[in-house]
Amino acid sequence: MPNAATIALIPLLPGAGFVLLGLFGKKYFGKSSGIIGTALLLVSTAVALYTAYEYFSADTAGRYTNAIAIKYTWLKFSENLSIDMGLYLDPISMMMIVVVTFVSLMVHIYSLGYMKGEERFATYFAHLGLFTFSMLGLVLSSNIFQIYIFWELVGVSSFLLIGYYYDKPSAVAASKKAFIVTRFADLGFLIGILVLSYSSGTLDFNTMIATLTSPESSQLKTAVSSTFLGVSAVTWGGLLVFMGGAGKSAMFPLHIWLPDAMEGPTPVSALIHAATMVVAGVYLVARLFPIFAITTPVVLEAVGWIGAVSAIIAAIIACTQTDIKRVLAYSTMSQIGFMMFSLGVSRYGGEAGLGYTASMFHLFTHAMFKALLFLGAGAVIHYIHSNEIKDMGGLRKYMPITHITFLIACLAIAGFPFLSGFFSKEEILLAAYHNNPAIYWIALFTSGLTAFYMFRLYFSIFWNKTYEKHALHHEPAYVRASAGKEGPFVMMLPLIVLAIGAAGAGYIPFGKYVSSDGAPLKPHFDINFSILPVALGLIGIATAWVLYKKQNSLPEKMAASFGSLYRTAYRKFYIDEIYLFITRKVLFNLVGRPAAWFDRNVVDGLVNFSGNITQLISEKIKKWQSGKVQQYAIYFLVAVVVIAAVFIYMIN
Amino acid sequence: MIQPGLYHLLFISAALFFIGVYGFFTRRNLITMLMSIELILNSVNLNFIAFNKYLWPEKMDGLFFTVFIIAIAAAEAAVAIAIIINLYRSHHSIDVENAEDLKY
Repeated sequence: MPNAATIALIPLLPGAGFVLLGLFGKKYFGKSSGIIGTALLLVSTAVALYTAYEYFSADTAGRYTNAIAIKYTWLKFSENLSIDMGLYLDPISMMMIVVVTFVSLMVHIYSLGYMKGEERFATYFAHLGLFTFSMLGLVLSSNIFQIYIFWELVGVSSFLLIGYYYDKPSAVAASKKAFIVTRFADLGFLIGILVLSYSSGTLDFNTMIATLTSPESSQLKTAVSSTFLGVSAVTWGGLLVFMGGAGKSAMFPLHIWLPDAMEGPTPVSALIHAATMVVAGVYLVARLFPIFAITTPVVLEAVGWIGAVSAIIAAIIACTQTDIKRVLAYSTMSQIGFMMFSLGVSRYGGEAGLGYTASMFHLFTHAMFKALLFLGAGAVIHYIHSNEIKDMGGLRKYMPITHITFLIACLAIAGFPFLSGFFSKEEILLAAYHNNPAIYWIALFTSGLTAFYMFRLYFSIFWNKTYEKHALHHEPAYVRASAGKEGPFVMMLPLIVLAIGAAGAGYIPFGKYVSSDGAPLKPHFDINFSILPVALGLIGIATAWVLYKKQNSLPEKMAASFGSLYRTAYRKFYIDEIYLFITRKVLFNLVGRPAAWFDRNVVDGLVNFSGNITQLISEKIKKWQSGKVQQYAIYFLVAVVVIAAVFIYMIN
Repeated sequence: MIQPGLYHLLFISAALFFIGVYGFFTRRNLITMLMSIELILNSVNLNFIAFNKYLWPEKMDGLFFTVFIIAIAAAEAAVAIAIIINLYRSHHSIDVENAEDLKY
């Protein structure tokens, strides 16, 4: 293993980049700030890959153990209860640092081309550095409070990057929405942390898991027997922690911020809202998995169902959206739903823990192909300056590299055999099949839908009608200079690298490295089992081929025949409207207005009353302060006489 | 001829004190008011001396206090006259009724 100080460099280098570029970038570095940020991250990525390689290649007698590389006690409350800053090394954190640094590096390189000529170029890279720092800190946390701190930092950097185009009102609204919705979920997370740490008497992951999973521990008995609303304390803790995870991972019904978050620059969507930050919720559940699986199976059941519901709802909505980034956003939500329910159907240890391995495997492969999809979409948007499907079509001749890489990513996400998504999705389906058949059928249908909406996107962008170049007279000079070209080398390189990842990531023997209890798991691959999902995927692709390969009127006819169902899906099941109704009509009227009335009349009233009284009295007595020296002397004399009289006649 | 006793001195001291107070209240000229204050201070001095002499002749505390008060009265007079001169410069008057600006 590399020594602890070297591992600490992985998060600290992007953090240093943030400080450097954030403070001095605009003034001193200007155009070179992108190179600086990328170079720092390149070093960080190299260290991360080396660390992971050393960790996984170490001789461990078949079982990977947890190690805490650095532990610095920051706030100490009692012997066991302390907030530490640490580096926690275990298979999933090692996998996550590879994913985060690698995707972040790709996005950094891509941004060199995509964001070229932007006014706040240095600020953009500073924020990317902050995000990478926070995310790496999050995955390496050894303490549940440390994870909470980095969790919020990740939220802040996401807020800053969504609102990057802060002169656009929609971007400002989207960043606020993302922040408020995730903050609301994080309230649950915080209460969950308090409940769990109160039950176990510690904030440290290892100790907490050990305390809350061993049936002999007295804390666990207390936590199980103390109930609130008929549910035990530890179950509440698990549910509330999962609420935080669901908010960050855009699970139904807290998903409403994710599609709007697409207002940020496209590379940011690729990094934060597709590959890394949104899987933080999955990571959190995986981190506390023994507690969920052993102590609170009810919560795990809920995780499974919420994941499955999110997966199918998002897939249905994705079929109807016309903004390519929104389609990808709903596809992300759907895929994260897969990861969630895969954790939900898993059990702790041995073969029953397949879902855990599958979930982490899918997280890994999804990061590759979803980042690729977003970066490809970014290249398309860069080329034609529009997000709408109707402005696209026939781009395959103009953008050959983007076309091929996008196709690979679409095939991967659709579960086409022998690409990465196929392997991870098969494992998820297999895990669901064995543990929860109802979820299995939902997942099967969803994976068919996935193939359909991804190829709807693919055919609409690259085939369909022929592309007509539009006049660019109104665009800025640097846009006209790059017009007609697919994109600079720095934008194509990440696409190619990620395409190799998306095609090949499935061949990693994942079960050997990551499993629920650390013991290696044999790879599961059953050709008979795969027939049904692959066939459904092919049907989805074929349907998309018929409907969208050539321009025709079939899609409209289909939409019309579905009628109200289509409209409901197009309007995202009216979930935004329900939220607006609840907040505007119910919360504002029933809670907000009375509270405002109370504030204005009672709280302010008390303050104003005391102020008015003071003013009234002082108006009456101000004449005493006349400025006449001799009058003061009389007051003085009278007072002396009175005090003297009191002392002489009354005290004695 | 009777020897003056403690009560004689206290009577004179009280008379001086109230003459001073009367002067302070009735005069409008600041210099005169200052002089009235000197009367009050001196009545206090007389009190100290009298008590010292007749009640505790073996001690010197009263004397010391008197010396202190004389020194402080000198300093106070210097400060007061400086204030009065400045007041005269700005108001062209040392009448106390013209110096009523410092109020609400």
